[in-house]
Amino acid sequence: MADHTLDAKGLNCPLPILKARKALKEVPAGGVLEILATDPGSVADFEAFCRQTGNELMEHTVNDSVYRFLIKHTAA
Amino acid sequence: MMSSEANAVSSQIQDAVSQAPVAAPKTKSMSIIVTKGSLDWAYPPFILATTAAAMGLPVTMFFTFYGLPLLFKKLELQVTAAGNTAMKMPMMGGHMALPNIMTAIPGVDAACSVMMKNLIKKKGVASIEELRELAVEAEVRMIACQMTLDLFEYSTDDMIDGVEIGGAATYIECATQSDINLFI
Repeated sequence: MADHTLDAKGLNCPLPILKARKALKEVPAGGVLEILATDPGSVADFEAFCRQTGNELMEHTVNDSVYRFLIKHTAA
Repeated sequence: MMSSEANAVSSQIQDAVSQAPVAAPKTKSMSIIVTKGSLDWAYPPFILATTAAAMGLPVTMFFTFYGLPLLFKKLELQVTAAGNTAMKMPMMGGHMALPNIMTAIPGVDAACSVMMKNLIKKKGVASIEELRELAVEAEVRMIACQMTLDLFEYSTDDMIDGVEIGGAATYIECATQSDINLFI
């Protein structure tokens, strides 16, 4: 399960990404960061963020307008 | 005309290529020339700088002309309604534009700024102060234009720590080494 959870609900672009970047630094290599967000734009943004940084977007789901992302800290 | 066998091989190669793991992209870098200092126009450069930095890009911001005051310790940013003909604010379920002639009335910019700041807060959008702090934290390089300092009689004493001073050549050197160069 997730090693660390970031609650980014109510935050708008680019704050979920910026806070996720910071939170990822606290997650050990191979660890998983869970992010909760309400910004619909965060779906495309977290995909792009992971492609660019080399971290693995393990899954994203949506439940009751809350987006949940699991990112594995795989980048150096 | 390719034989069907050649076609099959070709499509196999295409499959292999499309399934091959994408090589880790080499580190890209970005520079932004920041020329505007109103509350609304301050957003694009700081949003892009902080996001690029979060995505691992070294970022340089070059502050010139009306963008330079964005480096002051204390920011007093306002929306300038005049000339912003496409600016509409959500109001009473619809969107309202301000006729240009009204933008000259004293207090209109201040009122628009209050409205904009309320919207920013309500929608969970970061303040410029917050984004700038995140940019500093992410080691975004910030250069103040020397000519603008002279022209408008500004001093770096009133600016945040870590600001470099430079001119056009400083920026051009940086731009030649950057993959993305934006003018905002």
